[in-house]
Amino acid sequence: MTDLNQYNFAYLDEQTKRMIRRALLKALAIPGYQVPFASREMPMPYGWGTGGVQVSAACLTPEDRFKVIDQGADDTTNAVSIRKFFERTAGVETTERTAEATVIQTRHRIPEEPLGEGQILVYQVPIPEPLRFLEPRETETRKMHALEEYGLMHVKLYEDIARHGKIATSYAYPVKVQGRYVMDPSPIPKFDNPKMEMAAIQLFGAGREQRIYAVPPYTSVVSLDFEDHPFEASKVDQPCALCGAGDTYLDEVIMDDEGGRMFVCSDTDYCATRRAEGHLGALGVPAEDSAA
Amino acid sequence: MYVAVKGGERAIDNAHSWLAEERRGDTAIAELSVGQIREQLALAVNRVMAEGSLYDPDLAALAIKQARGDLIEAIFLIRAYRTTLPRIGHSRPLGTGAMACDRRISATFKDAPGGQVLGPTFDYTHRLLEFRLAADGAVPPTAEAEPQQGPVPHITGFLNRDGLIEEETASDEPPRDLTREPLEFPASRALRLQALARGDEGFVLSMAYSTQRGYGRNHPFVGELRVGQVAVEMDIPELGFAVEIGEITLTECETVNQFKGSKTEPPQFTRGYGLTLGHTERKAISMALVDRALRWKELGEDNVGAPAQDEEFVLSHADNIQATGFLEHIKLPHYVDFQSELELVRKLRAEAGQAGEART
Amino acid sequence: MDTQSLTGGFADAPVEAARAFRAALQAMARPGRIEAIAGATPPAPLSPAAGTLLLTLADAETPVHLAPSHDRPALRDWLTFHTGAPLVGPGEAVFAVGAWAALQPLDAYRIGVPDYPDRSATLIVEMEGLSALRARLTGPGIKDVAALSLPDIAAFQRNALLFPLGLDFYFTAGDRLAALPRTTKVEAD
Repeated sequence: MTDLNQYNFAYLDEQTKRMIRRALLKALAIPGYQVPFASREMPMPYGWGTGGVQVSAACLTPEDRFKVIDQGADDTTNAVSIRKFFERTAGVETTERTAEATVIQTRHRIPEEPLGEGQILVYQVPIPEPLRFLEPRETETRKMHALEEYGLMHVKLYEDIARHGKIATSYAYPVKVQGRYVMDPSPIPKFDNPKMEMAAIQLFGAGREQRIYAVPPYTSVVSLDFEDHPFEASKVDQPCALCGAGDTYLDEVIMDDEGGRMFVCSDTDYCATRRAEGHLGALGVPAEDSAA
Repeated sequence: MYVAVKGGERAIDNAHSWLAEERRGDTAIAELSVGQIREQLALAVNRVMAEGSLYDPDLAALAIKQARGDLIEAIFLIRAYRTTLPRIGHSRPLGTGAMACDRRISATFKDAPGGQVLGPTFDYTHRLLEFRLAADGAVPPTAEAEPQQGPVPHITGFLNRDGLIEEETASDEPPRDLTREPLEFPASRALRLQALARGDEGFVLSMAYSTQRGYGRNHPFVGELRVGQVAVEMDIPELGFAVEIGEITLTECETVNQFKGSKTEPPQFTRGYGLTLGHTERKAISMALVDRALRWKELGEDNVGAPAQDEEFVLSHADNIQATGFLEHIKLPHYVDFQSELELVRKLRAEAGQAGEART
Repeated sequence: MDTQSLTGGFADAPVEAARAFRAALQAMARPGRIEAIAGATPPAPLSPAAGTLLLTLADAETPVHLAPSHDRPALRDWLTFHTGAPLVGPGEAVFAVGAWAALQPLDAYRIGVPDYPDRSATLIVEMEGLSALRARLTGPGIKDVAALSLPDIAAFQRNALLFPLGLDFYFTAGDRLAALPRTTKVEAD
């Protein structure tokens, strides 16, 4: 394996970090607006979190405690890979505990535990443009944002209602930030959308598409909807089979060939913490015993 | 009872060591050296240098070895390495007129000053497997001639004298740098050429081919194709003059394209341009055709809606490292989003079922 | 160029710049919050906070404007040596630094364009001191209300009306810094 010690602190060279840092500051000043940045090739493929990794690299200090989740879990392979990358290149301490982390890089989830003022949540974003699947041209979507012309998006959502009786977008559900820019919240389930009004700083990095955007703390983030069809943060109507939580986002786990299945928290740290505190679901065992 | 699966870290480590074993293959067979790859798989090395945007045959050969011959993976390794290198300075513009040509052909003239030089090409080989190579790769010596002295003029220069081809005006404006600033549309021609030069050979080839088949046809002739060595010079401020820091092999293609004239321009020939690192002539010719197709606006031509005329389409999809990353990322877990889709489909089906029952 | 311009930079750039940026990020994300920022020791009259911020963010790709209050040869040399940033007039500047009065008029700076509102200048306003007084701040990044000793009220109200275009501000004094993005609503307290 390559010795990453020959690289700069947090891998990126200083000039690249300055470029990303300038983009981050403008992103915070214009919430929800996508700032173009000259994304670099990273030693992991585009589409695997290069945007999030560049944002994290530009933000990390040696004093940070870094947490990485993918699908809400700390132990998914890509989360493990990114965590290892920063352990080696930035020498930062890492943690799986949401409450102890100062910087959290995520793919597809917002942790269940409310984040606080000392925390930064970095999202990995595949397609940052919420209008992209309605209009493939960057020159056009840029104009639409400039003119605050979001009619196309409302038409799309309304067509869903006409066809299905409800809005058929279940993840990457578009939001309007501080009453101005329509923004893609990254492919989080719409269950997570209401959490985006939080005390922590939210930074979004799309490496391949060369865009950075941000939501400052305590900023209004409204999921698009209609008066007669209000937004609904839906989830499976079940408690977690392991910890019994009734208000968390659940993964469906197939148990056997007979169609047996169970629902468990997608946020692995939240679930383990609850079990350690003595909460038990229908199929759960105390946290100590399940350490494998 | 249910215990969540752990051990992502161990799985990754084991996968890496298995990969290393597969890369080596049967240990009873001698290991490939980087030098062997550099010398004997030179065209693979050239492609990796061209699309990796880094001229270093040894590193490209190493990348090919590490990537088990997967050239896109090798290009990725080179790109990831390249982006960490500090920018010490910029070379002076290269003068391809002073190229020491190994190969130089023109399809538009039977002969021209400087002559036609066929060079090392597959063009007129019969594509028959040479079973002899399986046993013995020894080659008989090639006839040698005295190298040509002095610069070899560009063929399009002869047309230029008569005003029959559009004038390329020289500019001292530093070109923008695709690797240091985000791509922005509309892009200048210099930026488009940069993107094409490091674009995927297969993609650029197919785009070029589509113009030949009528999707934005632009009637290209290969005015000149040349392959050879060019000196790279850098200004050293402390010395007050430029010094040669090395020599690189380049492939350059200039096409001469028919042009019937427009409201603003008289009928004359126009140009497409391709320039690539190493000996990569399929790529250079493809690049010239696509360059010409993308110039419809500045030449006052019609946009016929052909894919090769569409700057956003071509430039956004030419990079194979971006493309392969995003394509392959769908292998990553997506179960959270899939779960929300499952719920939605179940809900929609349940509601459709209720509506159906209500009707009956 | 005298030797003063060669000193006063970061001793360990990657780490000091990372810490300084975190302070700048927190300040911009939470308007009015006063953060400590240190690392550089620039020549007078530039404050250590403003000097550190410039070393963290400016380089050859970001033209910098030195307002008359700060346009001194020693400072020009220092900034050029440590960042390579071209020194320019207000109209081309990505960053501008100086005392509030010297930075005027604000309409000389770039406020971005509708397609690219990010292409706007960031002004670094050198202050005598910073405190949670005088102006009442509300908007993104602020839980209920914040306060900051701004050098003006009306100018920032006019700037906020330009949103999504507009200027963004850092205020520096000694080793302290605070920020005011274009989104913040400013009222006299």
